[in-house]
Amino acid sequence: MNDSILVQDNKHEPVVFTQDELGWLPWLEPLPEADLTERHLAGLVDRARAKSDYFRLLVRDPEVLEARTKTDKDIFYNVADGLPRAERELAAAATSRYNGCIYCASVHARFATTYSKRRDDVQRLLDEGVGADLGARWNAVVKASVALASTPIGFSKEHIDELRRVGLDDAEIVDVINSAAFFNWANRLMLSLGEPTTVPK
Amino acid sequence: MSAETSDIIDLLAGIEPGSSLDAIRGRRLQARENAQKSYLALFEPRDFGDMLAAERYAVAAFVAGVHGEPTAADFYLAKLSKIDGSPKLVETLKAEIERGKTDGPYGSFPAGPLSTEDKTGLIYRLAEDRKPVIGGKLGAALEHAHLLVFRPRDANPASIQALLDAGWSSTGIVVLSQLVAFLSFQVRSIAGLRMLGASLAAPALAAAKAS
Repeated sequence: MNDSILVQDNKHEPVVFTQDELGWLPWLEPLPEADLTERHLAGLVDRARAKSDYFRLLVRDPEVLEARTKTDKDIFYNVADGLPRAERELAAAATSRYNGCIYCASVHARFATTYSKRRDDVQRLLDEGVGADLGARWNAVVKASVALASTPIGFSKEHIDELRRVGLDDAEIVDVINSAAFFNWANRLMLSLGEPTTVPK
Repeated sequence: MSAETSDIIDLLAGIEPGSSLDAIRGRRLQARENAQKSYLALFEPRDFGDMLAAERYAVAAFVAGVHGEPTAADFYLAKLSKIDGSPKLVETLKAEIERGKTDGPYGSFPAGPLSTEDKTGLIYRLAEDRKPVIGGKLGAALEHAHLLVFRPRDANPASIQALLDAGWSSTGIVVLSQLVAFLSFQVRSIAGLRMLGASLAAPALAAAKAS
């Protein structure tokens, strides 16, 4: 096993937040695809993820990765009820913008745009930051996400009241809490185990 | 179900079985169960492998502590006490938690237009005189944990190299990163749900007082 830093020569570091597709380069050796066992494949959940350096690095602990992935999927993809997907993605993008994860923000800003069709508003969040005025409902989601991402955690009754005022019920507020809290997990993995790189168009 | 295997987020957020918040959490059952499985995989794995049990509980207590979440910090400190009999380590960790507390997130962006948003803040280093108690490997983990909690955008290959130099393996670094990142999620889930629970309970309390 190679326990040393991977030197990434062929990188083009993005210097702004973007909705463009980015690549991600690991700083530690991902497990080689050929070495993955059934235990690792279970950890990846989707076999297609064996192609991703990020997931083959995280699969060094397959049990944690599997549980993390299933937590992620239910929070974002279970849209049988609760908050619309667009606003869960908005919470993820706002959290990533605030913590400074350019890679995570790019992925979830794209999703927010896809599900809301509000590309310009999403871009304003990326360009202007979490203080951008995106209308009362989106502002309430962004503000709650930012308060939750702050350390010490600044999420208070005032944020809950504001989410209720713009029309969210208790179950939808839990979706905001879950989506924003989860990205405090995701951001820290993406930011600390590798770095983003621009992809030639 | 024993107290030991009950849902930790529910336990620390004070969510009672049968409450309305319990029912809402039940609508995201996969997320709830897998947050708990993440906890179990990190803190009760079948094999502790590249990160010792004591290291896991100590880092978790530190992360919860510097977040200003004493209930969660005490939960992990109690687990640490059970496997490490010396009160010295727990006392030292408590002192380091106080030294590590600050306001985040801060840190630097890649040089360019975002540099105007760069924010400086505490670069936490373990106190020199506490190194004999904490040890080099755990000490490096605490410094890295602080970086991840407060200024994750400052992480770079040198921060990983510092861990390798202190004796962490690549797999150990993945486990450590997952643990700190998971805790960052866990304390926010707890704080968010606790706040929502309090807002639901408040009208009932007010009604009780009025009658």
